[in-house]
Amino acid sequence: MKRTKLIDAVGFRRTVSRLAHEVLERNKGADNLALVGIRTRGDFLARRLATMIADIEGKNVQVGSLDITLYRDDLRGRLDQPQLKSTEILFDLTDKVVVLVDDVLFTGRTVRAALNALMDIGRPAQIQLLVLVDRGHRELPVKADIVGKNVPTSLKQEIQVLMTEVDGEDAVFLVERDEDARETKEKQP
Amino acid sequence: MKLHGRHLLGLDGMPREDIQLILDTAVSFKEVLERPIKKVPPLQGKTIANMFFESSTRTRLSFELAERRLSADVVSFTTAGSSVAKGETLKDTARNIEAMKIDMVVIRHSAPGAAHFLSRVVNANVINAGDGSHEHPTQALLDMFTLREKHGSLDGLRVCIVGDITHSRVARSNIFGLKTMGAEVSVCGPATLIPREIENLGVKVYHRLEDVVQDVDALNVLRIQLERQQRGLFPSLREYHRYFGVTKEKLARATKPITIMHPGPINRDVEISADLADGEHSVILQQVTNGVAVRMAVLYLLGISN
Amino acid sequence: MKLLLKNGTLIDPVSGKDEMFDLLIVDGRIEKMGKSLSADKAAQEIPLKGKIVAPGFIDMHVHLREPGFEHKETIETGCRAAVAGGFTAVCCMPNTNPCIDDESVARYIQEKGKSVCEGIVDVYPIAAATKGRQGAELSPMAELVDAGAVAFTDDGSPIMSAEIMRRALEYSSMYGTPIIQHAEDSTLTHGGCMHEGFVSTRLGMPGIPPIAESLMVERDVTLVRYIPRARYHVAHISTRGGIAAVRAAKKEKLNVTCEVTPHHFTLTDEAVVGFDTNTKMNPPLRTREDVEAVKEALRDGTIDVIATDHAPHTIDEKEVEYTLAPFGIVGLETAVGLAITELVEPNVLSIVQLIEKLSTNPRRILSLPPIQIKEGERANLTLIDPTVEWTVDTQRFQSKSKNSPFHGRRLKGKAIGVINNGKFRLSQP
Repeated sequence: MKRTKLIDAVGFRRTVSRLAHEVLERNKGADNLALVGIRTRGDFLARRLATMIADIEGKNVQVGSLDITLYRDDLRGRLDQPQLKSTEILFDLTDKVVVLVDDVLFTGRTVRAALNALMDIGRPAQIQLLVLVDRGHRELPVKADIVGKNVPTSLKQEIQVLMTEVDGEDAVFLVERDEDARETKEKQP
Repeated sequence: MKLHGRHLLGLDGMPREDIQLILDTAVSFKEVLERPIKKVPPLQGKTIANMFFESSTRTRLSFELAERRLSADVVSFTTAGSSVAKGETLKDTARNIEAMKIDMVVIRHSAPGAAHFLSRVVNANVINAGDGSHEHPTQALLDMFTLREKHGSLDGLRVCIVGDITHSRVARSNIFGLKTMGAEVSVCGPATLIPREIENLGVKVYHRLEDVVQDVDALNVLRIQLERQQRGLFPSLREYHRYFGVTKEKLARATKPITIMHPGPINRDVEISADLADGEHSVILQQVTNGVAVRMAVLYLLGISN
Repeated sequence: MKLLLKNGTLIDPVSGKDEMFDLLIVDGRIEKMGKSLSADKAAQEIPLKGKIVAPGFIDMHVHLREPGFEHKETIETGCRAAVAGGFTAVCCMPNTNPCIDDESVARYIQEKGKSVCEGIVDVYPIAAATKGRQGAELSPMAELVDAGAVAFTDDGSPIMSAEIMRRALEYSSMYGTPIIQHAEDSTLTHGGCMHEGFVSTRLGMPGIPPIAESLMVERDVTLVRYIPRARYHVAHISTRGGIAAVRAAKKEKLNVTCEVTPHHFTLTDEAVVGFDTNTKMNPPLRTREDVEAVKEALRDGTIDVIATDHAPHTIDEKEVEYTLAPFGIVGLETAVGLAITELVEPNVLSIVQLIEKLSTNPRRILSLPPIQIKEGERANLTLIDPTVEWTVDTQRFQSKSKNSPFHGRRLKGKAIGVINNGKFRLSQP
């Protein structure tokens, strides 16, 4: 297994800073904005973005976390069932501009599930998608509005995002594997 | 993370991890029930049959709500005017329903072991919603969920079940589940309504509520049924209420507030006084809310594991 | 018919023989008996080295279901099951429809018994003690004895009234026929479907308390003490309390006897966990302590007889909710195997004592002539292989019904043939 570091801790911080600025630029400020992170790492990423936005704009942005397990299209017949975690969106989504945040965009199925979940929770005015890494290989018509880094990959490769809150460090790795990355992707919590 | 079996027939012998998984999963579903759209899709395309051979509005409603909120298709079957009234056996009723490609069956029946019997006869997942006096696992699970919510943990929690223990499936399931989760369980009721050798389940037996109140965190009060009186098991409802009914006077010597539970429906001022049933320490309504979330958790965990 | 039984071990409690003997049987009689009889070209030679030749076994508690319940069993299929199990005689219970409270029914059953299976099984009717088994009026006992009844019982139900039991004991004492009591105080057993104890508490099932049996036995022993020449036999005894009462009565030299079923020395109420209705019978499976008491009572002679209470029911009748299922299991084809495995192998009983429980004692209690195994006498024999290991397969039962909890069980020992009334059958292996 070959592992290449694509982004180190410093690069990570700079990228997140740039992403926070892009959110504000795209939406002309922080009014009516809400960030919803897809558990687990998308959630931490969203919280970091919210802190940065508060530093830059001086405004507090609402943050929620979304667990999409109940909306997955591959729930049944799996040998290992994913742990069901809770969704915590303690504010009203209706009429807000929701920025959906995830660490890696791959087939697009996670985002599809997240969209369904958000629609069941409220009726946002707009949903934008922000991802740290877009690695290609979409299976559904999904596009990210704000991207940290575009990394073209083959199906035998995997993108590993590590974050201090979970993994003790900030980094993004490109990993070479023997089997198709789509099977191994699911093992990441 | 999944349950060990394909069915939920009872809590007797259910491993601690399974009970833990159901309670933890129910937390997520309780959140779903707070949303404006109280629906999630995991059981879409699954068909669930509710076979209620004993009438029960609240349990059946609770299951139906849980099933629909998981996006399953639901069919309900009750005995009045059914094929059973025309003499069809349980085995044939079950086989016919299965021939209609049902994925899961929720059964309530007056015979102990009916759910076990069904699980041998059909391929669907079977959930026991009450089999005679034997078990009512989802009731005990929601009771434990409610207690855990209120007290933080079930380990070492002291719970007393009050009333007609002999005929109570709620009592049995609670005893099995609470003991597995490390709680201390006792029962209190007239000697004629306490089954033989129940101490061998690890349960203390009392006949006076006053003897229990200083050492208990929660009371689970069972409904008393009039038919038992007619069979010579206790003299009268008046006597029952005076000596075994849960009232403020009997709880006077408690040193801390006692959580009051009841599986419903309540006979006000028979087994429990109205002021306690509606009082600040009563969690009876939370039990009902939690019931839907816990049943959603059970249906979800069994439904996706095929 | 000419049979030469070679090298078998003859075990005969009546004569006390327990050694190798050859027997030449011609047209149903023992023509010659000796060591190493010479071969006879006209005789069919049956090699029995290592096997046992015993007086024919009798099962004194069998439900043949005919007339009235032929979907469960008939006299013919019941007799085939008896032969497969190693029995040359059975006593059939009166809870048929019509019940055996009239001489016509008793005669019908006896005649039918003679006409099936070439008459190899002697069928003795046990008649109802009361009309319709209702427990209210005595049945015509004298007539029934003349029509072949060997005992009286309301089995299926107890004789609840002390007055009726008293009169039954008095009246039947004139004919030397025992009253067989299904010992159960039915006011204590309301709705019960298994032993009342820890397991029934755990399973939420209505229970049958053990005192329902012992109370009834104690009451009846009091009656027996009061009535001269009364003969009383407890059917399917199952509890320590019941056994203690019988032991005390025997100490007083009262004519009190009892029988036990193979399932009551093999299984406990733990078998009910799982709700298999083939564990539902009355009296129910009891606790480990009761099973130990049964074995001790067999050993010390308190229990005189092993009888199966063979109770056939169809699949549709048994495959229902536990509380609705009828009581009873079949037993003719597993009795000898269970007895050898559970009693002889662990040295609870010697093989001689087992033969007494299955042949000598029941015949004595029913006043049937003892089987004499000597030259000139009619041959009535059961052949046993005491060491063969086999697995119970209910699908291969001769009985019409297969309601047995022993399917798949490994047993040691089996009856392999019977000889009676000039006929001879070897069981299928």
